[in-house]
Amino acid sequence: MKPLAIALMALAAGVLFIAFAALPPFGDPAAPAATHVSPRYIEQGPAETGATNLVTGVLADYRGYDTLGEVVVIFTAGLACLLIVGGGRRLRLDSGVE
Amino acid sequence: MKFWFGSLVLDAAARLIAPAVLLYAVYVVAHGHTGPGGGFQGGVLFAAGLILVKLVRGSGPGRWEIRPALALVLACSGVIVYGGIGLVALAFGGNYLDYSAPGLLGDPVTERIVGTVGIEVAVALTVAGVILLVFDALAAWDLDEEPL
Repeated sequence: MKPLAIALMALAAGVLFIAFAALPPFGDPAAPAATHVSPRYIEQGPAETGATNLVTGVLADYRGYDTLGEVVVIFTAGLACLLIVGGGRRLRLDSGVE
Repeated sequence: MKFWFGSLVLDAAARLIAPAVLLYAVYVVAHGHTGPGGGFQGGVLFAAGLILVKLVRGSGPGRWEIRPALALVLACSGVIVYGGIGLVALAFGGNYLDYSAPGLLGDPVTERIVGTVGIEVAVALTVAGVILLVFDALAAWDLDEEPL
């Protein structure tokens, strides 16, 4: 089982490295994302979303669905934290007072 | 909390700082769409202000604190409010989280601002609740007790 797993991981890594080589260079102004989406956000963002803070306009409006996922991730991570830190004991949620 | 760090100096300093931190947290959330800030940062600030009070004065009746049960409710309600705002747009025939879909306020941009601020508040609720919960879970740890 172990050699098979290693072989599969090597294969997956190889595919990812080949795909990585095909990505546009970092910060390339001719990259597809920089020629379609970004100019639209920068030019139309404040007028369309009403948010003069461009970051919030993108984060909360254009990509609100993504931010919803972020919030759920934080929520889930917090609950997982509680489970781990609680060490399997029942958490006393009624009060923190001894 | 089983212990806290209260002393005259800490108490005076916390009295000075804590209200300003909490007020600033509200400012950061409310002004997230016009300046730096937003729900994540504001939620963390709010939780930090309450944790400061708890570190200095402990927890108990009359303290500024959000108990773990309420913090859990806040964390859950943030996610629910966020999802609910998306569903409101859906109910009015728009796309999910399309804030200007209801068309109740006339100006679509105004509606988008309202939606943005709404989800910022929801994010702040979740972040503040989660951080308070994690802090309480850590603070409830009995140092003398053998971990299971």
